[in-house]
Amino acid sequence: MSISVKTFASTAEAATALSGDRAARFMGGGTLIMRAVNEGDQSFNTILLANDPALTEIQAQGDRLIIGSRVTMAQILASRDLEFLHPVARAVGGPAIRNMATVGGNLFAEHPYGDLTAALLVLDCQVTLAGGQTSTLPDLLRDRTREPRVLVASVSIVRPQSGIFKFRKVSRVKPKGVSLMTIAAWIPQSGGRVSGARVAYSSMGPTPMRVQAVEQALEGATLDETGVGNALSAATSGIEPPTDAIASSWYRREVAPVHLKRTLLGG
Amino acid sequence: MSVEFRKELFADERDDNLNEIGKGTQRQDALGHVTGRSPYFDDHLFDGLLQIRCVRSPHHHARIRSVDFSQAANMPGVVKVIRPDDVPNNFNTLLSLLNFGRDDEALLSSKKVSYVGEPVLAIIASSDRQARDAVAAVKVDWEVLPHVLDVEEALKPDAPVVNEVYPNNSFDYHEKYDHQKLRYGDVETAFAQADKIIEGRYQMSPIEQAPVETNGAIAAPETNDRFVCYTSTQALFFSLGTAGKLLNVSSNRLHFIGGTVGGGFGGKVDSLVEPMAILGCMLTGKPCRFVWDREEEMQVGAPRGAERWYLKDGVMNDGRIIARQFTGYFDAGAYTRLSSYAIIKCTGHLPGPYHIPNVKSDVYCVFTNRTPATAMRGFGVTGVDFAIECQMDKIAHEVGMNPVEFRILNAYRDGDMKAHRREAKNCALIECAQVAAEKANWPIREEFKQASSMVGGGGERAAIPHTVTDEDGKIGDRRAGRSGGGRTRTIAPSSPAPAPAAYTPPPPPVPPPAAPSPAAQQPSYAHPAAAPAYQPSAAPASQPATPEAPPPAAPAPTPVPAAPSPESSPPSARPVNRPGYSRFASNSGFRRR
Amino acid sequence: MSKKPVQFTLNGESKAVFVDDGQNLLDVLRRGVGDLSPKYGCGQGTCGACTVLIDGEAHLSCLTLAETVEGRSLSSTGGLAQGAELHPLQDAFMRHFAAQCGFCTSGMLMAAKSLLDRNPNPSRDDVVEAISGNICRCTGYEPIIEAILDAAQNGAGRRSA
Repeated sequence: MSISVKTFASTAEAATALSGDRAARFMGGGTLIMRAVNEGDQSFNTILLANDPALTEIQAQGDRLIIGSRVTMAQILASRDLEFLHPVARAVGGPAIRNMATVGGNLFAEHPYGDLTAALLVLDCQVTLAGGQTSTLPDLLRDRTREPRVLVASVSIVRPQSGIFKFRKVSRVKPKGVSLMTIAAWIPQSGGRVSGARVAYSSMGPTPMRVQAVEQALEGATLDETGVGNALSAATSGIEPPTDAIASSWYRREVAPVHLKRTLLGG
Repeated sequence: MSVEFRKELFADERDDNLNEIGKGTQRQDALGHVTGRSPYFDDHLFDGLLQIRCVRSPHHHARIRSVDFSQAANMPGVVKVIRPDDVPNNFNTLLSLLNFGRDDEALLSSKKVSYVGEPVLAIIASSDRQARDAVAAVKVDWEVLPHVLDVEEALKPDAPVVNEVYPNNSFDYHEKYDHQKLRYGDVETAFAQADKIIEGRYQMSPIEQAPVETNGAIAAPETNDRFVCYTSTQALFFSLGTAGKLLNVSSNRLHFIGGTVGGGFGGKVDSLVEPMAILGCMLTGKPCRFVWDREEEMQVGAPRGAERWYLKDGVMNDGRIIARQFTGYFDAGAYTRLSSYAIIKCTGHLPGPYHIPNVKSDVYCVFTNRTPATAMRGFGVTGVDFAIECQMDKIAHEVGMNPVEFRILNAYRDGDMKAHRREAKNCALIECAQVAAEKANWPIREEFKQASSMVGGGGERAAIPHTVTDEDGKIGDRRAGRSGGGRTRTIAPSSPAPAPAAYTPPPPPVPPPAAPSPAAQQPSYAHPAAAPAYQPSAAPASQPATPEAPPPAAPAPTPVPAAPSPESSPPSARPVNRPGYSRFASNSGFRRR
Repeated sequence: MSKKPVQFTLNGESKAVFVDDGQNLLDVLRRGVGDLSPKYGCGQGTCGACTVLIDGEAHLSCLTLAETVEGRSLSSTGGLAQGAELHPLQDAFMRHFAAQCGFCTSGMLMAAKSLLDRNPNPSRDDVVEAISGNICRCTGYEPIIEAILDAAQNGAGRRSA
C-alpha cells in the first residue's frame, strides 16, 4: 500500500486524524516511523505531521518542567533547565539521531529503545494528551499500542534536587550502543535513610517499567553496600527480561544486580 | 598509530631495500572515497530502474505446498514475478566452478526451504516500496518440517534431512568419507605413553561480516545482446561464472563491473544478487536493481560458520606435546557454499604452528537448518586457532608451565615436518612469542629468550612417522547406524629408519626441556611473576618417554566430552605396512573430473 | 502514487524535485538529485553512512521524510571540496588512511564537520562522541579519530561552512 502524508497546523487536528484511522501513525522525528516505512511495515499507510510550535517547547513551571513531545534529544542537551537530563539524552544514539529523535517518540519506542522513558518514569512524569486530557506514564505505556491511538502533546516532570536522580545505560560497545539494560533511580534520603525511592528499567521488558520490588527493598535502607543488599536481591523480582541479539534473558538477570548496585552507589 | 619493525630478525633472509614494501603510500582510491565519488555498484543511475525484492521463508524447515501470487502480481507498480521455473538452470553450488562438490542450492526454491530467509519468489516493481508491498501480499502455504540446528544433533541417524543432495547431513569427501581425515603418526600409541591426557571442547558462534554496504547488484541491457552488471562482489569472475551457469548464458554476454566494494570481509562472494538482477533484466528488458536491506544482510547473508571442536592432547610432564587429536564440526548451514573448502583449508593448517609428531583429525562439514555459511577473514583457520590456543593455555596451566615458554618449547622450527607432510619453512612463532612477551612485560627465562626458529628443527623432527590409517566414517555408515570401517593400517615412514617396535617420543628442540619440579605444578599463567623456575636438564637428545624425576600427582582428569560417534568404535588394530606411500595424494580434496 | 514538489538548497545550489509520499531523503538525494555521496547502509538509523547536514545539523537522510526538507539548506560530502581544493577534513582523512573501503567515509566526514563547525577545538572524547552514530567495519576507528583531531588542528572548524 502506498504511503500518504498529511500535515496539520494544529495538534488537535492531528490527534483527531490519528484516533480515527487505525492505519495512521503520528511522526515526531522520524527515527521510528521512517524506519518502518523503509522496511515495508504493512500495519500503517498514513503518516501524520503537525507543525504546532508548542510541541517543540520546553517551559519551566515552578518546580516542574513541561517538555513538548516533539522536543528532540539535542534540544534537551541544549537546555540549561534540563541539565539533569543531559546524561540521559546523551545516552540516546549518536548526534544525528539526537537531532531527530523526540521525547514523544521515546514513549512509543519498542524494546530495546526507551532510555529516556525510564528516566521520566522516576521523575514523576505526567503526560498531557493533545486534547488536554492527562495520563500517568505507566498507563500510557500499558495502552500505547491500543486503538484508538493517542497523541501526546507534552510531558511534565519534577526537577530533582541535586544528587537524587541517578541514571545508567549499559551497552556492550563503547562509547555506546543498544541498551542491554537502562536504569533510572530517584533516591531521596531522610535522616540518612532512603525514603520514597523510585527505580525504573528500560530494555528489561516489553516496555520501560517501574521496579516496585526494588523500591520497597530500598525503603528505610542506608545507601551503602549492606543497606542496598535486599534491593539487589530483588533486582529482577517479578521481571522476565527479554532475549535479543544483545543479551539473553539469563544474562540480563545475572548482571542486573551488578548494574543496579553501580547505579545506586556509584562506581 | 606507529608500526614497530624488528628488522634484526631474519635480517639475512630479507632485502630491506625495496621500492614499496615498508614505505607509506597513498591508497589510489582515497581521493574518490573522501569526495564521495568512488563508484560503488549502487552509484549508477538509470532511468526507469526497477527494484527486486524476495519472498522469503519464515521457517527453519518447511515444504512449500503452494505459492499464491495472484494478488501481488496485480498490485500497483509490479512489473514481473520471478518464479523458480524462470531461472534457466536453477541448481548450483559455488565450487562447481572448480569441480568440487555437487550442485545443491536453488536461486529460488520451489519444493522446500531449509533455513529462515530462503528465497522462494522474487518480485520486480517500479519502486522498492511497491516491491515490498507485493512481497507482503504473496501467500505461501507452508508445511512446517522438523528442523535441526545443532551440528552433532544433525549427524544422528534420526535427524531430519536438511539438504537432499547430502542425505547424511554431511558433505561427502573424496567420494568416500563423510568427513575430511588427517592421519600423521599414531596418536593412540602416543596417548598411551603420554604423562597426561588433556582434553577440551571449544565452540565459536557464527559471525556476520556486516559490511556497511549491503550485497547488491544492478543489471541493465547493453548493446549486442549483452548485459552489464554493476556489483558489490568481492569475487568478480566467480560471480560472473556463477551467473553464467545459473542463467545458462555464455559469460561473454555478461559484462561485470565491480572492484569498488563497500566492505566485504568474505560476505560478498556468494554471488546471489548478480544472477537475480540479470535475470530480472532478461525478463523485463529494463535495468533492475537487487539489493539486500540491512535485515537481509544480517539474516540471510552467509556468515562465518559456527565451529565446534574437541581436542585431545598427549603431553609429557616436561611440556612437550606428543600427540594431538581433533574432532571438528563445521556448521555449513543448509547448503554447501564454501564450508567444504573451509575444512580442507583447516585440515592443512592442523595441528597449528606446533611440532607435534602424532596428529589425527576428523572434521565434518555438517548441514543444519541455519543460514548457509561462507567465507570470512581466514575462515577455516580462525575457529580452530581459537580452540588450539585456548587448549595451549589449558595445557600450560595443567603442566605448570609459563604459557609463552610452553609455546616456544613446542613451536615449529625450520626444517620440521608438518602433519600435512610439508617441511616447515620461514618459521617465526618463537620470535613472535619473544617479542609479545617483551611488549607485555611477561617474564620468560633466558634460554627461551635465546631460542630461535632457525635452531633445533629438522633432523629427526623432519621424518615422516609411521602412520596408522583407518577407514572409519564411510559415506552413509553413520546414518545407517553402522560403526566405522574399522580397518586400520600403518603407513611406513619416509625415512629409511626401520619401523620402531615401540613409539619413541621425538627429540626435543634446543634448549632441551626438563620435567618441572613438583613445586612448578602451581599454575603459573595467571601470575607471570610466579613463573616456575626452568631447570635445564642434561637429558640426552632422545629423551625417554618417562621423565627421570618422579611425576607429580596427576591433576583431576578433565571431564571427557560426550564422544562423537566416529570415536565410539575404536579402530580394530590390524596394522599393515605400506612402504613407499608417504603423501596423501588428494590431501587437498580437489579432484578433476 | 502522488508526487509532491520539494525545493531545497544542496551544497549552495537550489534544487527542485518531485518526491513520492513517504520517500526518504536519501533516496531523493541519490536518485532524484543525483548526489551519490550519501550511502545506504541500513535504512534504520544504525550505521550513519547517509548522514547529511540540514541547516548545519547532522541528520540521517534515510530516516528523513523527503518533503520535510522544503526550503531548508542541505550539505553533503559531495559539496565539501571547493573546486579542486579539498576540505581540511578530506585532506586529513587521506593522510591518516581514515578511508579503507570508503563506504562509511561520507557519513564520517559529515559527522565530523558537524562537530568542528560548532566546536573547533574538540577533545578526543568529543570526537569519539561525534562519530558514535557512525559505523566503520574496516579501520577500527583510530585513523578516523586521528584524522578529525588533525583536521581540527589545521583549522577545519574555523573555515566557513
